[in-house]
Amino acid sequence: MTDKTVSLPEERRHGSFIKNNLRNYGMLMSLVAIMLFFQVVTGGTLLQPLNLTNLVLQNSYIVIMALGMLLVIVTGHIDLSVGSVAGFIGAVAAVLMVTYKVDYTLAFIACLLVGAAIGAAQGYWVAYFKIPSFIVTLAGMLVFKGLALAVLQGQSLGPFPPTFQKLSSGFIPELLPEAGTLHPTSMLIGAVLALGLVYASAKGRSREQSHGIEVEPYAFFLGKSILLACAVLYFTYLIASHRGLPNVLVIMTALIALYGFVTRRTVIGRQIYAVGGNAKAASLSGIKTERLTFLTFVNMGALAALAGLVFAARLNTATPKAGLGFELDVIAACFIGGASAYGGVGRVGGAVVGAMIMGVMNNGMSILGIGIDYQQVIKGLVLLGAVCIDVYNQRR
Amino acid sequence: MTAMLEMRNVSKSFAGVQALRDVNFSVHAGQIHALVGENGAGKSTLMKVLSGVYPHGSYEGTIIFEGEERRFRDINDSEALGIIIIHQELALIPLMSIAENIFLSHPPSKLGVIDRDEVYRRTRELLAQVGLKESPDTLITDLGVGKQQLVEIAKALSKRVRMLILDEPTASLNEADSAALLERLMVFREQGIGSILISHKLNEVAKVADHITVLRDGRTVDSIDCHAEPIQEDRIIRSMVNRDMAHRFPERSVKIGEPVLDVANWSVYHPVHPERQVIKNVNFGVRRGEVVGIAGLMGAGRTEFAMSLFGRSWGTNISGSLRLEGREMALPSVAAAIDAGLAYVTEDRKQLGLILADDVRKNITLASLDQVAPGRVIDDIAELKVASDYRSRMRIRCSDVYQETGQLSGGNQQKVVLSKWLMTDPKVLILDEPTRGIDVGAKYEIYCIINELAEAGRGVVVISSEMPELLGICDRICVMNDGAFVGEFKGAEATQEKIMRAIMRNERSIGNAAPAAAEMGGSQP
Repeated sequence: MTDKTVSLPEERRHGSFIKNNLRNYGMLMSLVAIMLFFQVVTGGTLLQPLNLTNLVLQNSYIVIMALGMLLVIVTGHIDLSVGSVAGFIGAVAAVLMVTYKVDYTLAFIACLLVGAAIGAAQGYWVAYFKIPSFIVTLAGMLVFKGLALAVLQGQSLGPFPPTFQKLSSGFIPELLPEAGTLHPTSMLIGAVLALGLVYASAKGRSREQSHGIEVEPYAFFLGKSILLACAVLYFTYLIASHRGLPNVLVIMTALIALYGFVTRRTVIGRQIYAVGGNAKAASLSGIKTERLTFLTFVNMGALAALAGLVFAARLNTATPKAGLGFELDVIAACFIGGASAYGGVGRVGGAVVGAMIMGVMNNGMSILGIGIDYQQVIKGLVLLGAVCIDVYNQRR
Repeated sequence: MTAMLEMRNVSKSFAGVQALRDVNFSVHAGQIHALVGENGAGKSTLMKVLSGVYPHGSYEGTIIFEGEERRFRDINDSEALGIIIIHQELALIPLMSIAENIFLSHPPSKLGVIDRDEVYRRTRELLAQVGLKESPDTLITDLGVGKQQLVEIAKALSKRVRMLILDEPTASLNEADSAALLERLMVFREQGIGSILISHKLNEVAKVADHITVLRDGRTVDSIDCHAEPIQEDRIIRSMVNRDMAHRFPERSVKIGEPVLDVANWSVYHPVHPERQVIKNVNFGVRRGEVVGIAGLMGAGRTEFAMSLFGRSWGTNISGSLRLEGREMALPSVAAAIDAGLAYVTEDRKQLGLILADDVRKNITLASLDQVAPGRVIDDIAELKVASDYRSRMRIRCSDVYQETGQLSGGNQQKVVLSKWLMTDPKVLILDEPTRGIDVGAKYEIYCIINELAEAGRGVVVISSEMPELLGICDRICVMNDGAFVGEFKGAEATQEKIMRAIMRNERSIGNAAPAAAEMGGSQP
């Protein structure tokens, strides 16, 4: 049953795998624990299909921006302007679509390009002029907050065309006959996704095995796969019993998969980590460190724009206050997810889990009726605690 | 006359490496005592023991200062007694004024408020004492290095000075500034201050020293009373370098082919001070299968030269011609240099060579990811195989290639860096201090790797401050000093004395004969 490369006694291998996995999945387990906690104290409200759907919708823009922020943080920088940029892009989108009646597809693409251009403008100063990113993006935060106000002339602007609203408030169309409240298309997609994940990891494992690489014990692999598949299926079941998969969840999942792949498996991803790990060594290894830093900011700008569009579509109006303080949640998500403030360390999965921890806490505490005042206090302490644990782990 | 300072049987070791062995050293009041020796001979360590940087208990032996045994816990203890050390790297704050720097730690004050009039009055006094004509308000950053050195000395004088330790004070000074500084030392001698002068410049030492102590491999090997006997430069040089070849070098069959790297009329200017020419129109060449050493003291310009060749990664206003296998190359970036077949293994593997938080595998493939990433997507199995392959070929001792490089020993880290550069399949490898901070066993392994590289027909350049190493592994040794080649020896003909003499002769002639030295250097084999 077990592979041929076994070199250690079974118990010791299991022991070491548990230890390694504990470190890798520590944050994920914290998320599960936090979810269980709120599920119990809210009397089961947290995981009700309606609430879960809302939770996804409420946090989608944070997750989207966290993907870009993770790369920025990994290169050793920070972007404080993302909230303002998201707000500004929402305003631009409203002016284009509501005031000038521009076609929504065209407006959507234009907004993404404007976001990328904003990222490029900021990245240029950071990467090539070596101005600290903290200062550049602090300036950007003020500039775009102001521009959002100017573009909207201090007023809210809406509503958006119905098709554009679907970006946030829409659900994937139902193609199969409905079975009670359950949406079979969504369920089917969830099942395919679960099977796909298990198949991919099984294939990867057997590929490694065929090259004589030591892999995790079979029991672990099996347990992990079953857990993963069950979690995906259960989550889809809950979502599917409300109104099906939200469009934005599909976009988010695709982005998470894409960024996960880029960071782990591509040359550019590897080089971004190298720049953050040791910029001088990277540059003496032939890596164009400035260009990579520049590109991470361009990417961040485009993702902030996407988040701004998602947020505007969700509110169905662009307000000058949109995006206020988003940057703090996004940055916190990355750090809770294990990214290092010194650069070079951080995972996409971690940032996503970090964003979900923040989201579940917001949601759970709101259900419990905890005031916004103490919510902030508790979130701040959780951020500090998570980073402390991380630093402590690394020192050991 | 009893000694003001006596250090008896001082020994100090770092993690198994003996830096000082039973050193005896004494200085009288009103004496200038010169301490000479190669890089790594133990001079700085001895001074750190004296000044309390290494506290009592971390070394063996006793320090007797002004008649009493002293046990310094830190540098404040020794400063309180008037033992002041001026380091080679100046410890001034560039954006503060002269006065603020001098009275940084103990400004004269009334009720906690700094008494500016008193600060300025005393600063002027001190500046007059060291012969520096500058306003106390001048910022340090606006002063040249020579004047900064004088400010350091003024700072030392602001405290009660009984003994002044100067670590290569004239290394970065020009002729006139050096002379002025040495004048100052002789004035202090009149005032009864004892001085310890660490210097590589024997002509300066000969000019001012009352006594010379030579350190080698952490031992006192010679002690010369300059008033009793004439100073023989050859004797000092021989004492500095003459040691038994403690470690052996692997044998190699030498097969030297056609030239692979040819550099002509190469000149480089300092990136921050663009008026300073650091590399002065040098010529240099390596052939296939040849191991060429570049000898020289720290600051001779060897690293700067190597890095300027490697995709212009150091310096500005670089000019000259660089040919690889006979083809003229521009190499405007590191990536271009790597593509052309040049590799540079840095002297500072932790800061510049490795990503310590990343694993062995990622570090090995970093400079040649394209080889394991068809279509820019990394084939992790191919990567793992390449990395494991280098791991066994280079005998890198790690639990597996997923181990963090930061956890490896110095020798194994160096092998990771070497693997990284071997993977780029270079025609010419420049190894900058490849065995620094590595134990003897790992050194031997690195020498074997260097031999294998040469036997495979690559050109190898080794920059090293350890002369026996160069003598043991090189086919040819070029001596660099002050940005120019000042001597060249065939491997068999070279001796440590010849190399040291080439450097010292040039040290003496810098300022009046530097252009001549540049012409002499780097002639082709």
